[in-house]
Amino acid sequence: MAQNLLDTIWATMMDVLPIALVIIGFQSLVIRRPIPNIKRVGFGFVYVLVGLAFFLLGLEMALFPIGKLMAQQLTAPEFIMGVEHVSGASNSPDWNQYIWVYVFALAIGFSTTIAEPSLLAVALKAHQVSGGVIGVWGLRIAVAIGVALGIALGAYRIITGTPLHWYIIAGYVIVLFQTLFAPRMIIPLAYDSGGVTTSTVTVPLVAALGLGLASHIPGRNPVFDGFGLIAFASLFPIITVMAYAQISDWWAKYH
Amino acid sequence: MPSAFLKTLIGSFYDLLPIIVVIGFFQFAVLQQPIPNLLEILVGAFFVLIGLTLFVQGLEMGLFPLGESLAFAFAKKGSLTWLLIFAFALGFGTTVAEPALIAVAQEAAKVAAEGHVIEGTQQARSDYAFGLRLTVALSVGFAIVIGVLRIIRGWPVQYLIIGGYLGVMMMTLFAPPEIIGIAYDSGGVTTSTITVPLVTALGVGLASSIRGRNPMVDGFGLIAFASLTPMIFVMAYGMMG
Repeated sequence: MAQNLLDTIWATMMDVLPIALVIIGFQSLVIRRPIPNIKRVGFGFVYVLVGLAFFLLGLEMALFPIGKLMAQQLTAPEFIMGVEHVSGASNSPDWNQYIWVYVFALAIGFSTTIAEPSLLAVALKAHQVSGGVIGVWGLRIAVAIGVALGIALGAYRIITGTPLHWYIIAGYVIVLFQTLFAPRMIIPLAYDSGGVTTSTVTVPLVAALGLGLASHIPGRNPVFDGFGLIAFASLFPIITVMAYAQISDWWAKYH
Repeated sequence: MPSAFLKTLIGSFYDLLPIIVVIGFFQFAVLQQPIPNLLEILVGAFFVLIGLTLFVQGLEMGLFPLGESLAFAFAKKGSLTWLLIFAFALGFGTTVAEPALIAVAQEAAKVAAEGHVIEGTQQARSDYAFGLRLTVALSVGFAIVIGVLRIIRGWPVQYLIIGGYLGVMMMTLFAPPEIIGIAYDSGGVTTSTITVPLVTALGVGLASSIRGRNPMVDGFGLIAFASLTPMIFVMAYGMMG
């Protein structure tokens, strides 16, 4: 385990190395001024490194094996139709037999987003910059609802085998209309929240779900149909965050 | 210090609680199975808790102040050229080595080989994957440059984003179908856990140090650009391939 931890710390350091080189390079060659509170910032960087390493290793140990196994078991034909009904390849289940898959997609999308460190970072910053108007939990819950809906709909798409781009384009049209009506200050933050949702915690589990679905459903090719869940998970939070601002605006006006 | 640590620790526990509830519910109520390797899972969960707590502490101490002090230093220096070069280097440098992107690029090479877009050889595949990584890294560098320029000039974010969406839709019509899913996903994988706080602090710092800019309206949006441009660039890459 100590070896694993060292490996993970090493991998995280390699991951950070390009960022560190860029910053140190520009700091010493272009800005030519020491970083204020350099010691504190340095310690902070070490905290981030060690923290991420522990976080990733812990996910590998605790969450990913059981989460991936779950995704496989829930999408297996034996679970969907009951063992006695799995006779031939001919009887493929209807989309509405996958009820537990949708519930799982909703629940796992929501809960992993709440634990996503980069979303937490953006929420803390937004709370600070907005002078407390935007709540840390309010924003995170809005984003998490978006990811949950996105992944559930993405699972439905894989199950029905409908083309990805129609969903994405419809989503863009909704975003476009909301942009016209949403409070101006939320718009950049809403757009940003699409990109921050899908990282360390969410992606591996969601990918396992997509792969499980695409490899168990007759007629789906895991190589082609497994993609696209991440795209849903990045699109829907934009919609829900703008909706959150619109609803709180409306609430403040009439109450 | 210890009380701040304890407060963050409790906060992290609440952050992780939903996952614990979801996994527990599905394991016991739906799949009706016992938890395998309980000890390892408990140790892992403890690591996740400690890791998240340290990360949040380090965020406030290191990444946020660093991003802000860089923004202030560049604003004080007043050289737009250097700022844009820095923006490009930050976007490109943080993306090209991103593990999630490396994984997606390899997956994409497999898809391309199966769709007979490229030859099935190992060499062709790794060339394709490397080309894709460079493409995405270039597109993120480009995105941060545009995003920083936008903060400085005060352009409204929605016109650029909507323009970008129209670009994605147009490209979707012409791109080969097998690249579309990968292109859409590549927008989500580019922004890592360390890049996001740094870039956010940089944007907010720039917007607060330039007169007439509102950090809320102008400071956010960099991440949005970094998730949008890879989609366009990857589809273009697929069309050239």
